[in-house]
Amino acid sequence: MEPVPTDLPAPGPPAPELGALLALVAQGDQDAFGAVYDRVAGPVLGLVRSVLRDPAQSEEVAQEVLVEVWRRAAAYSPDRGTPMAWIMTLAHRRAVDRVRSAQAASDREHRAALLDHTPAYDEVTERVEARLEREQVRRCMGGLTERQRQSVTLAYYRGLTYREVAEVLALPLGTVKTRLRDGLIRLRDCLGVTA
Amino acid sequence: MSVEDVHTLSGAYALDALPAPEREEFERHLERCEACAREVRELSETAARLAGAVALAPPTALRDRVMGRIGTVRQDPPPGAFGGLRRRTRRMLPGLALAAALAAAALGGTTVWQWQSARDAQREVQQAQEHAALLAQVLAAPDAVVSSGALPGGGTGTVVVSAGTNRAAFMTSGMPAPPDGMVYQLWFDDHGAMRPAGLLDPAAPDEAVLMDGALDGADGMGITLEPAGGSPQPTSDPLAVMEFPSA
Ligand SMILES: [Zn+2]
Repeated sequence: MEPVPTDLPAPGPPAPELGALLALVAQGDQDAFGAVYDRVAGPVLGLVRSVLRDPAQSEEVAQEVLVEVWRRAAAYSPDRGTPMAWIMTLAHRRAVDRVRSAQAASDREHRAALLDHTPAYDEVTERVEARLEREQVRRCMGGLTERQRQSVTLAYYRGLTYREVAEVLALPLGTVKTRLRDGLIRLRDCLGVTA
Repeated sequence: MSVEDVHTLSGAYALDALPAPEREEFERHLERCEACAREVRELSETAARLAGAVALAPPTALRDRVMGRIGTVRQDPPPGAFGGLRRRTRRMLPGLALAAALAAAALGGTTVWQWQSARDAQREVQQAQEHAALLAQVLAAPDAVVSSGALPGGGTGTVVVSAGTNRAAFMTSGMPAPPDGMVYQLWFDDHGAMRPAGLLDPAAPDEAVLMDGALDGADGMGITLEPAGGSPQPTSDPLAVMEFPSA
């Protein structure tokens, strides 16, 4: 037959297919969920652990998050962002809910210990992509001002509210809000994130 | 909170750094403020990248526990209607119930015919499950190559080719229904010779199907409109053709 011109574009590099897998998971496909698990369990566990610190509690919360991905897969849609961002939002929310229900940040640890904290960059998986990603994030973090970096780290990797960050860093609330936003925007540009 | 103030909360929101009451207030703001909504999407993607940088190798036991759990956890229903696969899954489940009922009846000493029906139903369920598993395998294959684009009649087609599994999958999104009595048929293109590769569900605008048959060196695919039931050879010009990327 005569080939008809098509507007299908030239093939690109392998796209992330987490979205296609999630669509299958929403149909109750357990094998597809297994494939999703293999992609996201590492970042989920790492993020939860970075907020909660306690290994046993972190595994418990990571398990809750991953089961939540199974349960709520049908609620995902691309207008909520990439599947990875959707899942990481679930994970972070669960982790901070757990830690905030426990105690106020000022009671949790000494301020010095919080300030001292650097995320567990070195305990990562062996996978090459993970290592490249870590290097890139570390480099981009290095491009922030000290205040931006501390604010973003305390909020994201430690799960503090911006009010707690302000208390720990002894900064006005408005300043912390601005640092968090400016810091993330600078990271967005450095990492080349588009949405 | 002043008006200028509220827009600067996008960063704190994307990092989950707002206490619950302020989080809810900002979510109401997001419904009205397109600029903040866009910024939050970008900054949330950025935050997710930060998570990727602290990934840990999860213990095998965690995978076992999670996979065990999902077998018992009921999934939330989708917020809206979706496409064909879900409908097919629903058909599959009554089949399983039927098989179980018939198998129970067979144990009570009923006819061979019923027992065979039960066997057929079970086999059908098993085939559907194997099909879904293979589809997932193609989609997740490390060597999977993806191309997608708009289809001339509307909607989007995406083809996923995996040389490793020697299979291809085709996904549609927003595809218009074919005319009455017609069906969309997929083809492998073996250097100009078209080989049937399955039919799309006419009632499903969004669908993911495993293409029938192995890749076996096919260098492209096509999609045509055919009379219901499909054709051994294309009877019309293709709506779209695409070359497979050489992997
Ligand atoms: Zn706004």
